[in-house]
Amino acid sequence: MEQTIPEVIRTVPLQHYVFFAAALFSIGVLGVLTRRNAIIIFMCVELMLNAVNVLLAAFSAYRADPNGQVFVFFIMAVAAAEVAVGLGIIVMIYRNIQNTDVNLLDRLKW
Amino acid sequence: MDAPLAVYTGSPLPYILIPLLPFLGFLINGLLNRRLSGTVAGAISSLAVLGSFLIAVSLFWSFLHPEPQWTIPGTGTHQPYTVHLFDWIRVGSLHIPFSYQIDQLSLIMLLLVTGVGFLIHVYSIGYMHHDENVGKFFSFLNLFVFSMLLLVMGANFLILFIGWEGVGLCSYLLIGFWNKNTSYNNAAKKAFIINRIGDLGFLLGIFLIYQTFDSVEYGSVFQQAAKLPVGAGVVTAITLLLFVGAMGKSAQLPLYTWLPDAMAGPTPVSALIHAATMVTAGIYMVLRSNILFTLSPDTLHVVAWVGALTALFAATIGLAQNDIKKVLAYSTVSQLGYMFLALGVMGYTSSLFHVLTHAFFKALMFLGAGSVIHAMSNEQDMRRMGGLRKALPITFFTFLIGCLAISGIPPFSGFFSKDEILAHAFEHSKPLWAIGMLTAFLTAFYMFRLLFLTFFGEFRGTEEQKHHLHESPASMTMPLVVLAILAAIGGFMNAPLVLGRGYLADFLAPLFAYSRQANPAAFGAELDHATEYMLIAASVLVALGGIVLAYALYVARKARPAEDDAQRGFLENLVYHKYYVDELYNFLFVKPSMFLSRSLHDVVEKRVVDGTVNGLGRGVFGGSERLGRLQTGRVETYLLLMVVGIVVVLALNFMKF
Repeated sequence: MEQTIPEVIRTVPLQHYVFFAAALFSIGVLGVLTRRNAIIIFMCVELMLNAVNVLLAAFSAYRADPNGQVFVFFIMAVAAAEVAVGLGIIVMIYRNIQNTDVNLLDRLKW
Repeated sequence: MDAPLAVYTGSPLPYILIPLLPFLGFLINGLLNRRLSGTVAGAISSLAVLGSFLIAVSLFWSFLHPEPQWTIPGTGTHQPYTVHLFDWIRVGSLHIPFSYQIDQLSLIMLLLVTGVGFLIHVYSIGYMHHDENVGKFFSFLNLFVFSMLLLVMGANFLILFIGWEGVGLCSYLLIGFWNKNTSYNNAAKKAFIINRIGDLGFLLGIFLIYQTFDSVEYGSVFQQAAKLPVGAGVVTAITLLLFVGAMGKSAQLPLYTWLPDAMAGPTPVSALIHAATMVTAGIYMVLRSNILFTLSPDTLHVVAWVGALTALFAATIGLAQNDIKKVLAYSTVSQLGYMFLALGVMGYTSSLFHVLTHAFFKALMFLGAGSVIHAMSNEQDMRRMGGLRKALPITFFTFLIGCLAISGIPPFSGFFSKDEILAHAFEHSKPLWAIGMLTAFLTAFYMFRLLFLTFFGEFRGTEEQKHHLHESPASMTMPLVVLAILAAIGGFMNAPLVLGRGYLADFLAPLFAYSRQANPAAFGAELDHATEYMLIAASVLVALGGIVLAYALYVARKARPAEDDAQRGFLENLVYHKYYVDELYNFLFVKPSMFLSRSLHDVVEKRVVDGTVNGLGRGVFGGSERLGRLQTGRVETYLLLMVVGIVVVLALNFMKF
């Protein structure tokens, strides 16, 4: 018998999703805090967003509530827009300073 | 309470125009300051004043020929009336309309201010044509005429006060007209500050009037005052306070020191403001409130003695001055003292009479002095003059008339007015009369000393000045001639035809009706004719004595005043240095207040105020510098702080704070 996607999701216990999302989110935070390359920071931000997405999808399946999945779509749309703008900015920064190290961008400091 | 004075109901236009024309002149010249040439600016202001003069003449004429409904029943004289322009202040019970009072006194003052003012404006066109700021000069002069007209036309003490302050301001502006010279600026400040002292007294007097009579309108105040008994304490207080104001404005002891310094201004200013009009504002004010003064014999006593002592004191200083304008300045102070003496002995008419004649001959002499200074290339020291008679014949001749008039030689104007004052003084108190006679002697002496030193003998200036000597242009000599005619014949307007009362006295009599009714005894009996002849003879002899003495010293013996650094005897030194009054005031008032200001500046300003303000500034600056370090420019720091913040918020949220 064919299984629905929520049923597939429910084959894994909920705690596993929570731990996985927490680990993924922490990796993202650590990456953002420690790395200086703008592109890596950017990827770490995506990591955090996706951790949240995983969690939302899991909770949605377990609670049989489609709202969570709708949120996931919103987040993906926002992330896509963010990628478009953010990468554009990073390209411009690179053209100006031939580097993507965020700590070089401190001209607005007091 | 019905209105004590008739209210004029016709068109107020002429009454508005009288002060408005000079004000327009002020605006035009003030706004187009440098765009008009000097002659045009002078013509505009002169025409403005001439316009006011003509309107004043027509008002005077219709006042002399009243329509039947305006006459006081039983007599042919015109009723005094007020012209209501608009309600100015109306707060609770305080109601002050902006209105003019037209009566004998204000009409005469109007004619004087606009008439003499016009002549002096015309003179200024010639006198000031070298100056670079002619426009500014004429605008100030017009502003002065405007304020002075408000002063004499106002129907309550508040409008009088506006005019009073306005003329004070113009006086300040014009004394310091050549404001690149620090000592001139100091003279202007001195005049302004000393006048403030007097104004304080005047203002307190007005407050007390309002408190007592619940009004500042002349009509209602005087009507109520006339019902008070002679010697009422509150009236004495009011009149003494008003007199303090008059002392400041009219340069009486002890507030006279600003007037001689005021000679720093251009000479037409000295003639108009510091001789003919503004300084007589104090006398106008006393005359206006004559009923109050009549009710207080004590104040009158003070007025008479202050006047007499000022007259004598200033005359003695005038003896030793070498600056031509300073002599005239002290002479003005002395003559103002005469006018107050006349007020103090209740010779109200003779006081106003002397105001008029003095305006003629003193304006004449100041303008003559201006003509001399003009010819001498701004030299004012009489020791450098001499023999100017031939070079400046018109100036000399008109000046001579002025000197004869002020010395009291018949039939020139000063003779009549001074003689009347002395007769009144004689009636009231012999010591006052004696002081008056002594002053008359000194006056004749120092005026002819001035005349002889300036116009007789050898020329003592430099060759260059001698070469430059010239009679002044017609715009300057014409006013001199007109004023000389007035100074010569002006006395006849109140000449006792057969030793009775003159025309002016009859004309002014209604002004003093309340006084006469309140205290008839104080006016004194008429002197008998024999005594009057005696007094006339005595005063003429005394004046002639002064002239002869001056002639003997300065023409026959060719005496010359000593140079500044010459050795002097004790008395001579005292007089030469003006009794050290300036030094005394400097020591008593200026130094202590300077000391106080300095110490307040050093302690309160520097330590307390600056300390607080600067400390606050430094605190904010230091704090912000420390806070600013948070902004490191390192993205990790920001993000770390953000994460820490989020964690803290979440933690607080979970722990249910």
